Amino acid sequence: MSDKTDITLTVNGTERTISCVPRKTLADALREDCRLTGTHVGCEHGVCGACTVMVNGAPVRSCLMFAVQAEGAEVRTVEGLAPEGGLSELQQAFIDNHALQCGFCTPGFLMLITGALEKDPGMSDEDLTEVLSSNLCRCTGYRNIVRAALAAAPAIRARAREAAA
Amino acid sequence: MTPDDTTLVGRSVPRREDRALVAGQGRYLDDIASPGGLHAAFLRSPYAHATIGGADLDDIRAMPGVVAVYTAKELAALLPGGQRLATGLPSSSIAFALDRPILPEAEAVYVGEALAMVVAVTRAEAEDAAEAIDLDLDPLDPVADLESAARDDAPKAHAHLPHNRLASFGFDYGDIGAAFDGAAHVVSRRFRIDRGGAHSMEGRGVLAAPDAMTGRLSVWSSTQTPHALKRHICTLLARDEGDVDVTAPDLGGGFGPKLVTYPEEIAVAAAAQALGRPVRWVEDRREHFLAACQEREQLWTVEMAFDAGGRILGLRGTLLHDHGAWTARGLNVPYASGMMLPLMYDVPAYDLNIVVTVTNKTPVTPVRGAGQPQATYVMERLLDAGARVCGLDRAEIRRRNLVTPDRMPCPRPLKLRSGEPVVLDSGDYPETQRKALDGIGWDGFETRRAEARSRGKRLGVGLANYVEGTGRGPYETVSVRIARDGRVKVNTGAAAMGQGVGTALAQIVADHLGRAPATIDLTLGDTREPYGFGGFNSRQTVVAGASADAAARIVRGKVLQVASHLLGLPGDALDIEADRVVVRGSNSGQSLSLAEIATASEGLPGYRLPGIETPGLQATERVLVEGMAFANGALAAEVEVDEATGAVRVARLFLAHDCGRMVNPQMVDGQIMGGLAHGLGNALYEKMSFDDEAQPLTGSLADYLLVSSAEMPVIEIAHSESLSPQNALGVKGVGESGVIPTAAAIASAVEHALEDLGVEIAEAPLTPQALHAAIRAAKAAKGDTT
Repeated sequence: MSDKTDITLTVNGTERTISCVPRKTLADALREDCRLTGTHVGCEHGVCGACTVMVNGAPVRSCLMFAVQAEGAEVRTVEGLAPEGGLSELQQAFIDNHALQCGFCTPGFLMLITGALEKDPGMSDEDLTEVLSSNLCRCTGYRNIVRAALAAAPAIRARAREAAA
Repeated sequence: MTPDDTTLVGRSVPRREDRALVAGQGRYLDDIASPGGLHAAFLRSPYAHATIGGADLDDIRAMPGVVAVYTAKELAALLPGGQRLATGLPSSSIAFALDRPILPEAEAVYVGEALAMVVAVTRAEAEDAAEAIDLDLDPLDPVADLESAARDDAPKAHAHLPHNRLASFGFDYGDIGAAFDGAAHVVSRRFRIDRGGAHSMEGRGVLAAPDAMTGRLSVWSSTQTPHALKRHICTLLARDEGDVDVTAPDLGGGFGPKLVTYPEEIAVAAAAQALGRPVRWVEDRREHFLAACQEREQLWTVEMAFDAGGRILGLRGTLLHDHGAWTARGLNVPYASGMMLPLMYDVPAYDLNIVVTVTNKTPVTPVRGAGQPQATYVMERLLDAGARVCGLDRAEIRRRNLVTPDRMPCPRPLKLRSGEPVVLDSGDYPETQRKALDGIGWDGFETRRAEARSRGKRLGVGLANYVEGTGRGPYETVSVRIARDGRVKVNTGAAAMGQGVGTALAQIVADHLGRAPATIDLTLGDTREPYGFGGFNSRQTVVAGASADAAARIVRGKVLQVASHLLGLPGDALDIEADRVVVRGSNSGQSLSLAEIATASEGLPGYRLPGIETPGLQATERVLVEGMAFANGALAAEVEVDEATGAVRVARLFLAHDCGRMVNPQMVDGQIMGGLAHGLGNALYEKMSFDDEAQPLTGSLADYLLVSSAEMPVIEIAHSESLSPQNALGVKGVGESGVIPTAAAIASAVEHALEDLGVEIAEAPLTPQALHAAIRAAKAAKGDTT
């Protein structure tokens, strides 16, 4: 159980090789081996969604995925949402709409929303709102998260369509 | 300075906390790196009650990565100041002490209690080893049921106890016998409120790191009360207070349970000190379900007497309160329930007996609301029952009994736990109720209900009034100092837990010192300051806010005195704008920077201080607060009930709310909405289930349901601002507000939707199974067996 395996994956555009025991989750590997602590672990049961990251363009629960399963994958975390020092439209919308309080669930929501819209830019506002029920927040009562998601959605959709074109 | 259009207080200033948090640059407990650090894991009791025998630890010590293994015996050597946490608030009503051991030696008293600790190189290795410990446990009869726990023939939750009644006390005023003798109507009911958890998204966690060079012990903990943790560490580890630092990093939510000091925090600090290496423990969700404090389980047997006009004559009964297995905070929760029950209505006679029982369950301490949601539920359910027997509209019976604004501040025949009299400080309760009724469309609702019924849908509307006791004293320390570089340094015992208290305090301070929050540097939960409390009881904006306001006012005076001296102008000709002192209404360009003034204020060898009596631009204030600032609200709820399944859909919530002056209205709304979501969980979903051996049946978020965005109804909030005379800013707290009335208002609405069936709601949460059973029972009673 303690034999380590080398895994090569691309995280936020940078290729990395890390050495992990097979039972290590992707969430722990990102936090401990890549020192990207913006991905948070809230329940380790795949329920709360705080650990949501994008793997090959789709939002996934990184607590339910082993790091070794990410061999060769493109992983994107909250640290990769915007260029160094900047904020994505969605991050700014979270601030503008008071869509966070303690902030622990926030990276998971940011990755969920960004991932869902990038994957399916045609997703309706109603479907987007439905997707938000995948993740849990104890502070905000969700209303402002919905507002932030809807405010930033046009910009994310436009960029996703541009990238696909 | 009186808040007005130009002040920051009262404005939705963007939160200073947010930028880092949205970028993934927050610094929560488990984000703190500790090179060479070790990980702790705990063996937890699988039984609710068992005697603890021995274990062979040699095999465990030989497991991969294991550095040390501790049971109570090994840990005792590391705790020269004692092995129990004395965290309870004092009360003469407590029959016997139940201070928690750091690790119990002879007896386990709840499922999840930490019995042994392993320290290893990785967390996985620590968990493997903890799981492998074969501790000899011999099960004893558990006390699983609150009701039977109080009886003399019940098993004892701790083998040595004479009985399980930790405390019996009560509230008693007026002539209760006469009230009931002369009543036109009496309603008698039993209400059961279930246990739930806090479930901050981040669990508890602690990291302790000894410094070999200095001997200091640095501790980071995800706690609401770093000062209390520091005191306990210094006591139990016998360390000087100058040699221990406790810091609360960013908290991923608190909601109550993080206000008490826990055994894990002490055990980890002791092990780190003994091993000379950093040791970390981070609670996982399963542990949060088992070992983080919980709340709410109460059983009420109460009756209320009314005159023919629906005026309350008296209220009496019994409250059985589940205390859990240890005293981790005291009697504050049941005390709050008993005190709040009659508070906002005129109840001329009151007699409540409270029995606090020890059970073999996770210890009970405040979870957001702290006894107030239960009291509100009971009072509002009784008023709905009273409305029926008196033949009054549910809103009308409330209006006839609410304390009126002409009597504010209104002394009540009740006492705070300090012995101080309870005085409702301000607010217009009938007007607040009226706004909620208007907001939900109470008067036109019958038409809508009938129309929906004709389409086969059952709609209902409900109402609950409440007050929230906020701003618990005695004080919180705030120091304000202008550093030599002109930055405003604010240090306080107030602790952040995600609610944005830093933003609020910066607004309050900045109003006196240039109105530019960006010039302010905050240190929250500062344990270098010897006197402080931290975050609980919706207190910090009120209590720390009062000290911040006072300290900043003094520093402003000093700034202007020095500037006046340096510029040769009277102080009242000067003002502070951003980081400069300027001449009011002048375009002379004459000004001084705060940096220049701060430097001058330190003095020069051989010269007099520039216009001030003591050097520096600094003030430390601890404004004493005796009474409480009572926020109030009225929540109206609209629901749709599925008669066939017992499912309840909450369609709308309209909250009329008054928390005095709002420092930051957007953050006030955020607090309220989060509270309403938690309250919705308490109303319908959140239930900590146990079997009859007190074994938890809900151990993950897949079976204990937190509200998600899908369950959230439309929420509207209407604010009033009745300033509190309790503090200079007129503010009241808001942290627990939304959670208090929700279960009551929803129960009221569900009853309304099922009015023709005569279904009465007497439990929270109201699960579909429970409601379905109640609907069937009501139908059977009417001879309808469909």
